[in-house]
Amino acid sequence: MAPLLIWLLSLIIIPHIDMFILSLQEKVAPRVYETGFSNYAEFFTEPLYWNTFARTALMSILATALTLLIGFPVSYYIAKMVRGRVRMVLFLLCMIPFWVSELVRTFGWMILLRETGVISSFLQYIGLTDGPIEFLYNDVSIMVGLVYTSMLFMVVPLVTTLDSLDNSLVEAGYDLGGSGFRVLRKIVIPHAMPGIVSGCIVVFMLSLGNYLTPVLLGGKDSLWFTEQIYTQFITRFNWEQGSAFGFLLLILSSLIVWAGLKISRQTLSNTMG
Amino acid sequence: MFKFKNTFSGALVAGAVLATGVSGASAETLRLLTWGGYAPDDVIELFEKETGIEVEVTVSNNEDMISKLRATGGSGFDLAQPSQDRIAGAQYEYEIYKPLDLSKVDSSQFISSMLEGTKKNTSVDGKVYGLPHIWGSSGLVIDKSKAGDVKDYTDLCNEAVSGKVSYRLKRPTLIGFAFSMGLDPYEAYGDLAAYQKILDAVEEKLISCKSNVKAYWTGSDALINLVRSGEVTAAMAWDKGGWKLNEEMPDVTFVAPTSGALGWIDTFALPRKTKAEDAAYKWINFVMQPKIAAMITASAGNFTASKGADEFAEADLKARFQDSFPPEAIDNIKWYPPVPAGIEDLEGKVLDRVKAASSN
Repeated sequence: MAPLLIWLLSLIIIPHIDMFILSLQEKVAPRVYETGFSNYAEFFTEPLYWNTFARTALMSILATALTLLIGFPVSYYIAKMVRGRVRMVLFLLCMIPFWVSELVRTFGWMILLRETGVISSFLQYIGLTDGPIEFLYNDVSIMVGLVYTSMLFMVVPLVTTLDSLDNSLVEAGYDLGGSGFRVLRKIVIPHAMPGIVSGCIVVFMLSLGNYLTPVLLGGKDSLWFTEQIYTQFITRFNWEQGSAFGFLLLILSSLIVWAGLKISRQTLSNTMG
Repeated sequence: MFKFKNTFSGALVAGAVLATGVSGASAETLRLLTWGGYAPDDVIELFEKETGIEVEVTVSNNEDMISKLRATGGSGFDLAQPSQDRIAGAQYEYEIYKPLDLSKVDSSQFISSMLEGTKKNTSVDGKVYGLPHIWGSSGLVIDKSKAGDVKDYTDLCNEAVSGKVSYRLKRPTLIGFAFSMGLDPYEAYGDLAAYQKILDAVEEKLISCKSNVKAYWTGSDALINLVRSGEVTAAMAWDKGGWKLNEEMPDVTFVAPTSGALGWIDTFALPRKTKAEDAAYKWINFVMQPKIAAMITASAGNFTASKGADEFAEADLKARFQDSFPPEAIDNIKWYPPVPAGIEDLEGKVLDRVKAASSN
């Protein structure tokens, strides 16, 4: 128990207390500070900041939904349709991209998507288009990057829960005359729900807290909330504001996850267990 | 005022100190916080041979230097190289530097006008915090065959270069646009309200022609890639980026804008808790020797404040410089005055709003 406590206390709780105290410091003038909530008020009064947060949250929810949509069939295939060596190979294929760093993966996407990049050149080569096309620097490229980056974190919990589904239940569903869709809706999804929810929580949090992908793949209009925090800390030297934003991100994202659990009627212990 | 005092940060700092202490146990080490190209390997090797001092280089930029030193209260590095305009404000607000002992520096090696100017701009309470090292400018990098009409910052809003423009979303862009719109931001440095008015005008201009921008660049490699691939034909950038591209693409070069290039000088400054002060002075005196300074010019792409180093500089670079800067353009360089504390907060919000604005 003691190592756990030291770990939690020194790496999570104390830094957060420190951040919280810092976030209550108002910078009135150079070298003059007062205590108050103005850094938090700034978030709600300046439309720029909460717009950025809303945008980040919505894009993250969309990324989570897309990851689930793509990840579910993949996981079902790996868990139920194949056995033995093939299964291992498929699982490995999901893992391999994660053996290189996120930075390298993102640069890979940049090489593919840019105006003079691989995809644009290929389309011109086969004659589908006359001029170069820019795929990079927009919200779609951010989405591609986010889904790609978080796929593994959706597939792993899904494969685990789907694996524990007894095949005879699915067979029984069909025997009783259920259609494929009905079996999926009434048997497979309810069983996989804890996996779906825990996968979604992880993917949502990863997307919301992602920094590299939105900054490198995003366009001139795209502002990500983590980028705001980074800017406040590093280029504005405004640690007070940055800490307040950090706390708001923590609180608001927790609220979104809580709402998600309520809507899906799951509990946190149920999902994580 | 807030200072890191709690256990966690203390432990981190202790860890960092321990790590550097172990590596520095064998020989004296100079931990240099600088820009890319300012401490090339061949110069470090010569320095080590002459003095026996090892040099550890950390590549950084202005904001990063201030943030790093602020986080540790000025420890972790023995010599830093921030720009001359960013010293006084940061020193006043965060106390991260230590005054220089000018008697330990061979001032005859410096170009005297630059030395005096830098000393004046980096003084706080009568103490000098910075000495000039490398100077250069930012202005326009233009592909003359495709964007020859771009002569000034505001020309980046021309229809002809729509979608082919790139610049950084940082303070030089705001200042450059202000000058090119006929305003004088330096004049308003002392008056926050007047400065805000200038910023408002610039913000409106930048948002109105945001549709021209292809992407905001963040590192010089990103910019060079954009121009090299032809995706960008007109950009706001540092002179050395333009000259580097000129080596491989004759049409591309650095152009001093008609309203004036923005001149910067990167300096030597001592972090407040420097551990190798003597080594730092040795390094300063060593790299200011004309021949060594010329080696640094070759690697950094910019000229130094070392007296007589021009003689040893490469002919190609000199030719490019003269091509970009006819004599009247040199006189027109707008040297950055010291940034007063508080101004960057105003600029930050403008930059955020420009970034968040939709470009249509």
